[in-house]
Amino acid sequence: MLNELSGAVALGLLWTLMTFGVYISYRVLDIADLTVEGSLTMGAAIAAVCISAGMNPFLALLLSFLGGMCAGLVTGLLHTALRIPALLSGILTMIALWSVNLRIMGKANVSLLRVPTVFDGFVALGLSKNISIILIGLLFVGVILSVLYWFFGTEIGCAVRATGNNARMARAQGINTDAMKILGLVVSNGLVAVSGGLIAQSQTFADIQMGTGAIVIGLASLIIGEVLFGKSTFLRSLFSLAFGAITYRIIIALVLKLGMPANDLKLFTAITVAIALALPVFRQRMQARKLAREGERACSK
Amino acid sequence: MLEMKNVRIVFNGGTVNEKVALNGVNLHLAEGDFVTVIGGNGAGKSTLLNCVSGAYAPTSGQIFIDGQEVTSMPEYRRAKLLGRVFQDPMMGTAGNMWIEENLALAHRRGKRRGLGWGISSAERAQYREQLARLGLGLEDRLSTKVKLLSGGQRQALTLLMATLQKPKLLLLDEHTAALDPKTARKVLELSEQIINESGLTSMMVTHNMRDAIRYGNRLIMMHDGRVVIDVSGEEKAHLTVESLIEKFSEVSGSDEVSDRLVL
Repeated sequence: MLNELSGAVALGLLWTLMTFGVYISYRVLDIADLTVEGSLTMGAAIAAVCISAGMNPFLALLLSFLGGMCAGLVTGLLHTALRIPALLSGILTMIALWSVNLRIMGKANVSLLRVPTVFDGFVALGLSKNISIILIGLLFVGVILSVLYWFFGTEIGCAVRATGNNARMARAQGINTDAMKILGLVVSNGLVAVSGGLIAQSQTFADIQMGTGAIVIGLASLIIGEVLFGKSTFLRSLFSLAFGAITYRIIIALVLKLGMPANDLKLFTAITVAIALALPVFRQRMQARKLAREGERACSK
Repeated sequence: MLEMKNVRIVFNGGTVNEKVALNGVNLHLAEGDFVTVIGGNGAGKSTLLNCVSGAYAPTSGQIFIDGQEVTSMPEYRRAKLLGRVFQDPMMGTAGNMWIEENLALAHRRGKRRGLGWGISSAERAQYREQLARLGLGLEDRLSTKVKLLSGGQRQALTLLMATLQKPKLLLLDEHTAALDPKTARKVLELSEQIINESGLTSMMVTHNMRDAIRYGNRLIMMHDGRVVIDVSGEEKAHLTVESLIEKFSEVSGSDEVSDRLVL
């Protein structure tokens, strides 16, 4: 059980980077960006192919990052320059990436067995694979969380947030909203691709299918994090994303342990997200009903 | 300060839904002019302001602000010359961001945004002082999300944001229409005070004839996408609602003045 738990934490940390990406598009920019399903796989594909060819695993991740950024750029341009609705722009890039990723890998999956990975340093120190992944995961999450916290406090970062919150107001304040949307999507997909590159190294293969359903996993992590750990400040939201991604993995490990068939996982995740998204609506209705009852009581007195 | 030369805007040109929203508007605003803009529904008042702000591009004609041609300049770039307050109180501010963050965004209008910190502590003190002048108690709530404010508070904040960097031209687009009468009065008086203090060149669209007469040094009335009445100075000072309605029937050739206009 302890092994499964540490495995869940390890995987959760790697998926946290992906959740950061989803947070930038979904929460900051208010765009449901499906590109991430393709850019996650793209990051994995680039890392796998580069490492197999003998490249340093960290350098390979940098290329994954750049690849994901390009994917975000395409979606951003489709949306801003060509005025294609954001959701559709994401879907188009996602579909296109399927072919691009197959081209990168040359086949449907690339094995990373018996090649160096970013986790080797810690494994060489005698630590277990899971602990090594957790340490590397913490390192990446820590650095990227700090950078994001800094970035969204800068003038440009504030402009990106204003764009997602109220684009018309942003333009009235002299903000180039199209450029800010593109910037947000570029950063978001870059992070998702790094996440993909790390996941591929941890599971020792990249697969064309691995991005399927990623957006829902990202949303599930995001919402679980927000509901359980709060979002009162930006910093807190960022931490909540990490905790949410880890909690999601623990829940999955738990239900699998309890005997749920692995094939039902996606259905389970989708239902979880649907319920979590509906929670505010339920809460509002409950409150309205409560107020109405109190009103009646006050009248009958 | 503002020069519009024969500006036309046609929506859905060449289709059955073709609508001429502005039909050859010529308008010149001198520095320090405070113009109220009045007219019935669909007369082109809001289109006029949206055209100046860059939200709509003119079909033909030219627009100059402070001697600079802005006809095809994108909205976000033109923003450095303009301060804007919208009809919808939700429109002028970012609801999920703090009061001070909104002010900091406005403070950087027209400046190059970089990777410096989005707000400095020196600014914070300045904002506190300026918010205090609004008399709404907002100075102690710098880190409150703007969505928690009332409509009137939001409009007052938007007004402050619009004038934080002195704009060449202040555009008020029915900015009190969504407020209750008492709050509307307060925001209007605040607008006048700010405009007079800094001598801002301003255009204020309103549905209310009395307000249009009471505020500003010049009044224009629009009808069918044209400026049909333009009075200023002494003449404006002696204007009454009755004389304005009479004037309107004369120029428009009809006596249908909408009820909303008279109220």
